[in-house]
Amino acid sequence: MRPARTIVVAALLIAASLARATEIPQAEPQSGYSFMTSDTQAMQNDDSANPGMLWVLDGEALWNGKAGAARKACADCHNDARASMKGVAARYPAFDKTLGRPVDLEQRINLCRIQQQQATPLPYESRDLLALTALVARQSREVAIETGADPQLAPFIAKGRDLFMQRQGQLNLGCANCHDDNWDKRLAGAAITQGHPTGYPLYRLEWQSLGSLQRRLRACISGIRAQPYDYGAPELVELELYLMSRARGMPIETPAVRP
Amino acid sequence: MPSALINVPAKARRGEIIEIKTLMSHIMETGYRHTAEGEVVPRDIITSFTCRYNGVEIFRADLFPAIAANPFISFFTVANESGKFDFEWIGDNGFAATASASITVE
Repeated sequence: MRPARTIVVAALLIAASLARATEIPQAEPQSGYSFMTSDTQAMQNDDSANPGMLWVLDGEALWNGKAGAARKACADCHNDARASMKGVAARYPAFDKTLGRPVDLEQRINLCRIQQQQATPLPYESRDLLALTALVARQSREVAIETGADPQLAPFIAKGRDLFMQRQGQLNLGCANCHDDNWDKRLAGAAITQGHPTGYPLYRLEWQSLGSLQRRLRACISGIRAQPYDYGAPELVELELYLMSRARGMPIETPAVRP
Repeated sequence: MPSALINVPAKARRGEIIEIKTLMSHIMETGYRHTAEGEVVPRDIITSFTCRYNGVEIFRADLFPAIAANPFISFFTVANESGKFDFEWIGDNGFAATASASITVE
């Protein structure tokens, strides 16, 4: 009788720890912003001190410039980005019917370049792609994230969630081990945070540059000593999609500043 | 022309102390880093920043390799008369950028 009871208790304890490893209570999602020092917050708040705004300015010039064999500018179809792009970033990654899979904002911009402007796609993390993405996402500032509302995305969100939970790499860690279980603690002096992608592309002081969510994810994957997926890999887009759907309801902060 | 962000109050009272904030887009490569092949990445920094108020120099700064990318420079001055602030950044490899902002003093 006694061994059986021990097993039951052990099973309950394991069940409890597994339950904890699932999700943060939805009542208290916290943006990375709330973990920063007041100095860094002030830098993000002031558009004339936020270095991310330099990319938004560059993006405005690119938006109005003609490109590709079609000699078309983004503005020729979409007019003023401030009106036409409002709320768009809050819905991405979104399902693309032609490709039959989700695409993120960077991929959407490059699809537009290839199909409409007949131009070469911009490389990931290039200044121009970051600038255009920052300009588009900037128009959704303060808009609540609603990614994942499309039912066609459900299987891809599930794949992203599996990847988020899966342990991998030499350190044998999954995203959830830090960002669900230990977000209120610190790692080597830095806040761990809940991992909500509310401000991408964002200016990281450590990068001294704007960077995409995929750059951040690849850095995290190297950190657990796993092999990072290539830029644009379906796994990274699914992870982006899961993270955005996990942050549903939180306001977009682009271009955010992070330490 | 590289992007710059300038924050000068549009209006001020005569004699008021105003804050001017500038942010210039620049990589500020120190010249101390090496590539994976061991070659030095050549220095590429802004070396000088100047602000003129109606043609008169009111602020100048020399910049050095330890300054972060996209240098943010803020300073104070006294608003004496309506007019124009002209900003100039000069750096390695022939880098030169200008910007300006107007102020109305009442």
